[in-house]
Amino acid sequence: MPTSTPEALNTLSAGLILISAFAMVATRQVQGVLRFFVVQSLLLAASSFLLGYGRNSVHLWALGAITLAAKVVTIPWVLRRLLPGEFYERREISQTVNIPASLLLALLLTVAAEFLTGPLVAATSDPVIRVNLPIGLAGVLIGAYSLIARREAIPQLIGILAMENGAFFAGIAIAPELPIIAELAVAMDVMLIAVVVGLLTRNIRETLGTTEAGALSELKEDPGAWR
Amino acid sequence: MIETVAFNAFQILFVMAFAPLYAGVLSRLKEMVQSKRGPSIFQPYWDIWKLFHKDEVLSDETTWIFRVTPYLVFVMPIFVTILIPVLTDYPLVFAFMGDMLAGGFFLGLAGFFAALAAVDTGNPYGPMGASRTRMVGFLAEPVFMIVFFTVSFVAQSTIPYIVQQKWVASVAAFFSPAHILLLIAFLMLILAEGGKIPVDNPSGHFELAMIDESKGLGFSGRGAALMKWGGQMKFLVLTCIFLNVLVAPWGLAHGRLIGDVVVAVPLILCKVFLFILVLVAIESSLAKLRLFRISEFLGAAFITSVAAMFTSIFPGA
Repeated sequence: MPTSTPEALNTLSAGLILISAFAMVATRQVQGVLRFFVVQSLLLAASSFLLGYGRNSVHLWALGAITLAAKVVTIPWVLRRLLPGEFYERREISQTVNIPASLLLALLLTVAAEFLTGPLVAATSDPVIRVNLPIGLAGVLIGAYSLIARREAIPQLIGILAMENGAFFAGIAIAPELPIIAELAVAMDVMLIAVVVGLLTRNIRETLGTTEAGALSELKEDPGAWR
Repeated sequence: MIETVAFNAFQILFVMAFAPLYAGVLSRLKEMVQSKRGPSIFQPYWDIWKLFHKDEVLSDETTWIFRVTPYLVFVMPIFVTILIPVLTDYPLVFAFMGDMLAGGFFLGLAGFFAALAAVDTGNPYGPMGASRTRMVGFLAEPVFMIVFFTVSFVAQSTIPYIVQQKWVASVAAFFSPAHILLLIAFLMLILAEGGKIPVDNPSGHFELAMIDESKGLGFSGRGAALMKWGGQMKFLVLTCIFLNVLVAPWGLAHGRLIGDVVVAVPLILCKVFLFILVLVAIESSLAKLRLFRISEFLGAAFITSVAAMFTSIFPGA
């Protein structure tokens, strides 16, 4: 059991991160998915600040700042700029599996994550790893699931970013001394992914009038057929 | 011995006296958020008073079920009150008579008879509301079960007085993911059981859209007063379970003097008031869900509670 206050607060943010992962699966509106992603990133940043404070680690402070700058501010701003507001406000985004079933699958993934990390967690006595590793892995798996199940481009992108959030959440516990350069590289990567996918989606939307990635499964040879 | 009996009676009085006030403050604050003045916070008391002084009309078609139901609906929350910590953090005389499941059964019995009574009248709206309440009820049941099982598993006991000490044993236990997930699941459950906004609109007067309210449409006079009062007490009891057992036993009386218990009253009321603020925020910022979206809402609550169960079973938490 964690003893110090920052570590206890970290477990609080762990619980909320898991909830926001579920919420991202359960939300129908693109706007809602984006909001919950921002909340999750905010919690991730809070967690790394807390652990940075608790363990006197400059790296974790830097990581928190990077997360704040990239995922809480820049990525939502970029995505908002690239696509019109009407796109975010629409409800009933399409997905292959309906929402209750998705939630059950997300639950199964959480159980799987707890089960898989069980032996690893049993091998350590570090209270932070015991909390962060299962929930981080659950975040990765749920993000991967929403990448599969969602058909719209932006929620898929957010799925990737949520995977990354989960990985970071586990990472700040197992590898707190990761060099800042690696973290910066990851953050830049994520930002580039966001810009590229956003631009692509914008172009797809302009030509096809839809952002459903699921509708792009057939290749059309005749360019005239696109319009 | 004598004092714990007295405190138990005092708890019952507390719940009976403040349940209408709770409903009144909640509706007043909701109206204020909507830039209206709203009725006085004592309006529920006047309503109950007025109804008690009106004649009761019983349809010839109704059976004994219809006559018994208001009393059951009124008494069952009182039975639950003697089992749960409302004002004290040490077990009172009836604490070991029943656990939290017994509390669930009492409330379930009241709900069962309320549904039967609604069908009993032959009023077209009653059975509709009753069947909808049952729909919400059976979706909420698994969440109740999982929450109670998880709590019992963590605390190694199903007695609420023992459970409540578990979460404040250390800061880490209070903030553990299992606790947070449980709180959110139970909050969603309270919203569903109490007929609050994402599930049902308590201030709606349109019979076709009612869920909880339409069951009581057939009652008049004393019956209606008891139904109303019983419903308010049920909500206060659920709130007390949530705040005192699941969140934290802060503010509960620790000493065994009568003064300690009296001091606990304003502290608990403060706690309930904070909870009212949360409820008002939820009720004012969300829209009522469509009927078939309720299954999704409670499904999400179920998922949350099961996730709480697994995070507390596996060694991580």
